[in-house]
Order: sequence, then C-alpha cells, then structure tokens
Amino acid sequence: MDTLRLVLEKREAASPFYRFLSPLLAIVMALVLGAVFLAASGFSPLKVYYYMWWGAFSDWYGISETLVTSIPIMLCALGVALAAKMLLWNVGAEGQFHMGAFAAAWVALSMPSAPAWQVLPLMVLAGMAAGAVWALLPAVPRAYLGVNEIITTLLLNYVAIYWVEYLVHGPWRDPVSLNFPLSAPFSSAARLPSLFGTRIHLGLVFALVAAGLIRLVLGRSKWGYEVTVIGENPRAARYAGMNIERNIVLTMCLAGALAGLGGMAEVSAIAGRMTRQLSPGYGYSAIIVAWLGKLDPWAVALVSVLFGGLLVGGYSAQVIGVSAASVNMLQGLMLFCVLATEALGRYRVRVVHAVRASGEEAGIDG
Amino acid sequence: MGTVDYAVEMRDITKRFPGVIASNHVNLAVRSGSIHALLGENGAGKSTLMNILTGLLRPDSGEICVRGERVALRSPASAIGLGIGMVHQHFRLVQTFTVAENITLGMSRPRFALDMAPIEREVAKFSSEYGLAVNPRAKIWQLSVGEQQRVEIIKMLYRGVDVLIMDEPTAVLTPQEVRELFETLRRMTADGKTIIFITHKLDEVMEISDRVTVLRAGQDVFSCDTGETTSRELASKMVGREIGQAPERPPAAIGGPVLEVRGLTAIGDRRTTVLDGIDLDVRAGEIHGIAGVAGNGQRELAEVITGLRRASSGFVRICGADMTNHTPRSIIEAGVSHIPEDRLGVGLAPNLNITDNAIMKRYRCGEMGRGPIVDAARARTWTDGLVERFNVKTPNLRTAVRLLSGGNSQRLLLARETSMEHRLVVAVHPTRGLDIGATEAVHSILLRERESGVGTLLISEDLEELIALCDRISVICEGRIMGTVDRDQLNLEEIGMMMAGVAAEAKGDGHLEAGA
Repeated sequence: MDTLRLVLEKREAASPFYRFLSPLLAIVMALVLGAVFLAASGFSPLKVYYYMWWGAFSDWYGISETLVTSIPIMLCALGVALAAKMLLWNVGAEGQFHMGAFAAAWVALSMPSAPAWQVLPLMVLAGMAAGAVWALLPAVPRAYLGVNEIITTLLLNYVAIYWVEYLVHGPWRDPVSLNFPLSAPFSSAARLPSLFGTRIHLGLVFALVAAGLIRLVLGRSKWGYEVTVIGENPRAARYAGMNIERNIVLTMCLAGALAGLGGMAEVSAIAGRMTRQLSPGYGYSAIIVAWLGKLDPWAVALVSVLFGGLLVGGYSAQVIGVSAASVNMLQGLMLFCVLATEALGRYRVRVVHAVRASGEEAGIDG
Repeated sequence: MGTVDYAVEMRDITKRFPGVIASNHVNLAVRSGSIHALLGENGAGKSTLMNILTGLLRPDSGEICVRGERVALRSPASAIGLGIGMVHQHFRLVQTFTVAENITLGMSRPRFALDMAPIEREVAKFSSEYGLAVNPRAKIWQLSVGEQQRVEIIKMLYRGVDVLIMDEPTAVLTPQEVRELFETLRRMTADGKTIIFITHKLDEVMEISDRVTVLRAGQDVFSCDTGETTSRELASKMVGREIGQAPERPPAAIGGPVLEVRGLTAIGDRRTTVLDGIDLDVRAGEIHGIAGVAGNGQRELAEVITGLRRASSGFVRICGADMTNHTPRSIIEAGVSHIPEDRLGVGLAPNLNITDNAIMKRYRCGEMGRGPIVDAARARTWTDGLVERFNVKTPNLRTAVRLLSGGNSQRLLLARETSMEHRLVVAVHPTRGLDIGATEAVHSILLRERESGVGTLLISEDLEELIALCDRISVICEGRIMGTVDRDQLNLEEIGMMMAGVAAEAKGDGHLEAGA
C-alpha cells in the first residue's frame, strides 16, 4: 500500500530571508483569509480594504489618528516583547494598562489645582508603579513557585478592568455626568501635551524612547546579556550563576511599568477623565504586535503603527456597514497566521511516500 | 529441538550503527521458565539486543527463534503477538489515566464501548496471582514508582506476554520494593513464564537469576548457570580489560584539600535519595576520579557541589570554606569550575554566538566593561584569545555554538572554565561523544590543570580514561562511595566489584583518610 504523507521536519536553522519575510507573509495570509469572510458576509473585500486603507493612511488626519491609536499598543507591546525575551508570556498588559490609568487618574483627581510640572511627573510615576505592581503579583509566584504566568496575568486583567468599572460607576462618578460612568474631568494641567496641533501626544515620545532604551539595554548591558542568556537557555543561565528568579520579577515589573505608562498616557492625553472605555483591547493587540515584530523593539514600534491603522481603518469601514467585529476578526487571523508562519520558519513540510507493509500493526509504544 | 526447552534463542545477531557495532555475532539462549540475567556495563549492547528481541530494531544478520520456531520480528506489536514484552526503565504510562485505562491503551480488543469492569477484574486477578498489589482505579500520578512498575508488568501480562524483559528494574526501587519485585518474578517463573533481567548489579544477578550472560563491547563474552559462578568472576568478565600500564607522568605536587565533602545526601528528580552519605576529598594538584555505572548519583554529586541542587544533609567545603547550598554564583566565585554532563543543554547556550558563550561566567567582572555595560570590544578580544589558545575551530566569533562540532564546543567550554580564577574543576563525562583527537585535547587540558595545582574531580564511566588520568579513583554505586583506590594499587577486578555494588574489602591505604 503506497500512501502520501505530509511530514513536518525540523529545520537546521531558520533562513534569515524567511525570518524577515514571515511577518509580511502572515499579514498577507490574514488579509486573504479575512477577504473570504468579508465576501461571505456580502461585502467586497477589496472595497473594505480600500476604505480601511483610506481611513487610516490617506490623509494627515488619518495618519495622525493612526499614530494616536498606536501609542498605547506600542507601550503595551514593548512590555510584552521584553517579557517574552525571557520566555514569559505576559498576557496581562490590558490589566497593567488599566491599573496605570487608574493610578494616574487618582493623582490627577486628588491634585486638581497643582501645576503641570508637579502633577504630570507624578502621574507618570504612579502609572508606571501601578502597572509594575500589577505585573509583580503574577511575577513573584511565577519566579519562586513556578505558577503559570499566562493564567495569572490573564485573570488579573479582569480584576483591573472591573476595578476601574467600579470606580467610575461608584466612588469616582462625576455628580454632573448625568449618570454616565465617568469621573470628573482632569484639570488642564493634568493633560499630557499634544504635538503638531493634532491629538498625537507626548506618549509617542515616551514609546519611542522606551523602544530605543530597550534596544540599547538588551544589546549592550550586563543585565540585557543576562536576559538574553536566560531566554535562550535558562539551565545554562543558572549554571553560570545568574539569578533567574530576580530577573523574572524585574522583567515583569518593567513590562508592567511600560503598559502602565500606556494607560497613564491614554487617560491623561486622550480621555482627560477616567472612563470605562479606555481600551478596545490594546493590551491584547499588543501580544500579536510583539510577535509580529519578532520581539525587536523597533519592529514592534513599526507594527504598532500598522495595528493602529487597522483599528482606525476599521472605524472608517463601518461607514459602509462592516461591523466593528470584523477588525477583531482580522486581528485574530493575524495572530493565527503569525503562529503558523513561525512554525513554518522552524519546520519544513515534506511530502513522503510511505510504503507500509500490509497486515502489520503500528507499534503500541515506541 | 533438543532436550532443553528454550523460550527464546537469538543466534549470531549482528547490528551495526554508524561507527559502532552494537551487537557483534551475539548468541543468547533463554530457557523456558527461568530468570536469565543479562549483565554488562553501559554501552555493552544490552539494550540493542533487547530492542531487537522486542521488534524495535531489526538485526543486520542473525536469526531469532521463539519456542523453537524461527520468527521475524517487525514491530513491538509482532513481538507481543509472540508473547515477548518489555518493561522499560522509563515507564510508558499516561499520568492522568487510571491503571485500567493504561492497561487497555493501544489495544484493539474493546473496539468501541469501554467497559472497565472486566478489565479491572482481570487486573485484580493478576494482582493476587503474582503479588502485584495495585488499585486498578487509581490514577498513575498517584502511584509510587514501584506501583507504576507493577502496572507496566500487568500491562504485559494482560497482553498475554510470557517472555518478559525487565530493563534495570531495580534502579528506581526502594529495597523493600526490590524484595517484592523479586517475589513477583519468582511466582511468575513458577507459573512457567520466562524473565530476561537486564542489570549491572552483581548481587542481584546472584540472588535472582538462574543463568547469566555477560555482554561486553557488543559481544557475549560469558554464559553460565548462576550457581556455577561467583560475583568476582562475573565482575572480571564484565570489566574484562587487562590493566594497561598507567601512562607515565610527572608526580603530582599534592597540596591541601580544595574540596571536602562529608555525609552528603540529596534527593533526585524522582524524589528518591540519590546521594546517600558521600564522603570525598579532592586535594590541590590531584585528579580524583569517580567511577561508576551511569545513574548512580554522579550527575547529582556534581550538581550539589556546584550549587545547582540542594543538599539535604552533610556539607561541602571549598578551600576550607563551607559552601553547602550556596548559590551557583558564590560557588563560582569561590573558585569552582564545572564541566557539566550535558554540555549543550547546561554548559552552553547553543543559539548564542561564541563570544556570548565565552563570557558567560566573566561578564560580571570589571574587565568586561565598567558598571552596567558590557564592553563588546573587550569581550571579543578576550574570546579571540581563548579560541586561539584552546584551538577552537570556528569560522568567526559570531558563529552560533550549535554549529560547532562536539569537540570544538567542548574545547570552548573547557577554555571558559579553565581560564577563570579557580581552584577546583568538577568535570562530568568530559569526553563523552568526542572523537579521539578531541578526547586527547580534553585529557591534556585536565593534566595541565593538575600540574598547575588545581584539584580536579573527574566523573567518568570510562575506566581507561580514569586510569590514564587519575591519582585516586573512588567508586560510586547507588549514591554511596564504595571505596577509594590509589593509582599505584589499581585493581580492575576490585573496581568492577564496587561498581556492581559490592563494597571494598578493608584495605588500609586506598581508603579515605579520616578528617581533613
């Protein structure tokens, strides 16, 4: 009996060309698959994609909105990527983002008459600290007890989100908000300055500086060297005397601080008050962005802009009746395609002719 | 058919692997209803032979007869069809399934609806018949190692196996469990079943087996009824080699102790005691060898000394300072180099380049850059010097270590470990898997270390290597030091006895000096 089988073989080394190409391939694959769904729901995929492109990148307003949207994604994704360098899955950027926003809002609301040079630095510190603490909660059990951080970071997201919901529905609700779940507006001193007369704000500078710093620290510093070795081979790192537990805690805290800074920037520059709809899932998009960017800080920054465009374009596409959920679907497809192309980078598919002697059963155990 | 009834006969079996002959015209005849011990060191060809008998491997030549009829074994299933099954050293059980589920796993008999009741009844029957007490409804993860082994045995009985191969079955058992296992095996042979018992422990051979075959370097060198031999004879057959004259070398300038280990105990990955009261000394300028069959605590001994595994009692002193359960980093800083058993898994980061691997224990210190920054230029210069001095063959320093040959990656590891400030080298199987050239390079590095006054603990399975290099050899078996022999009083037969678990006879000189 002659049968054809597909076999996955491990590659010796991923080709450098493919490493570069695979994120592009993933995006194209996701768009093609998305087109199938769009066509099935009665839309012309080309038209939808055109509207999205047009909304996100065709004019200065679209581009500025794309950049605005990319800021929280970028800060969260840099944190996710940093943790992933040490083989930690920080799925909790969304929660760290919310806690950062909460702490910053708390500072802003308790110092309504302080000048900007006092309140803004405090908001930045509070936002980063709150994000770091929110990441510390899962980091410590992960480092010292081996508790799986994927589950704990994910579950803490809900705690953070509902905490913010509670505040804006309860203690923090502005009496003049007509029962809308909103806090009182921040003083103008507590608003992060915007740039170029658009909604683009100082958060973009924070994010780009963070990307540069991470790149520098990972590439040049002794600590960055430890992170690299731990990520590549934790057993070798331990053998070489590196303190893995402390590095897990430290890396997670930094990741949380970055996401917390994202939350601070968003609540201060964009919302101007605490609301329950700060994030359409920036912290989750960040996971996809981090892997599409292959954990490289600059690539992550670039992919964040693409994802900002995807969200902004999604709003434009709603003009022709495409539901907002389609954008979520496209994001989800991209994650699938990233994972698929990652796998293809490490394995190659081969077709083999398998000749099996008839009447012979496969072994029970190897 | 002759007068003797053979359950299994393997005739003239040869199996070649690239570069080695794992079985070289081996003959093995196992009488029905007997316990036949297969004795040999690691790499003697025991596993290859048994994998052929269970259909996992096909021999290049030779024939196999089961109950007098010539058979072709194409797969484990066809072997089981002929009543031949094996209990592996590492069990093949699904942890989250029950005992009964594991036993039916992979069988086609209940085709669709799984009714566990009859299976549980059958398990209970085997349990009482052969003393294999186990609850068929328990999940595997709830069971002790000994109980899991019983499940494996019942699994084979359930499949109708009457020739059962046990691969080093006592390695993972407590002494009490060993008693129970032996009782089970006796009941099984009384019931007409045949057992092939793979081991390297002489006392077990003498106690349980009816007949014994000794394998050495892929050949069956000796076979006889157990009653007609002694453990001393078996030990010499197992080790076999004549002692060559140990090579000449300058006498060691032996100094004070750099490593003192007393009463050291530790728990292994399987939560059993793997080190059981180790006493050991390494003095400056000597190479102290640890001989023993793999898996008797060697790796764990090195791990405890280097801080990678916790000692549960006893102490480790390095250059006089108590370093028991200190962090790996402070032990490195106390002057301990470690050449681990698994060089790519533990000693190096294979995906990182040569420079990154070379500075792995040095990046913290000032000469690799001040403050928090690694000085890349200095790291490269330093690595360049190492690669040059230790003759590591590589296209450039950016090459990932996984692309280096085994010999070159080991040279790099040794270069790193012997270039740091150190007083003690802990080397575990440093030449395993290396070709002759690379092995000689490693040996000459270790001898150079000795001349420079460093103490070396050399853990190896290769007796010739130990004899060529060591000033003293201790033998480890089941986590205990069985005895220590000086270089000029080497007696291979005695070492073989100790490796197989027979304690050294009292012999003044060779023994460890008390105290320090």
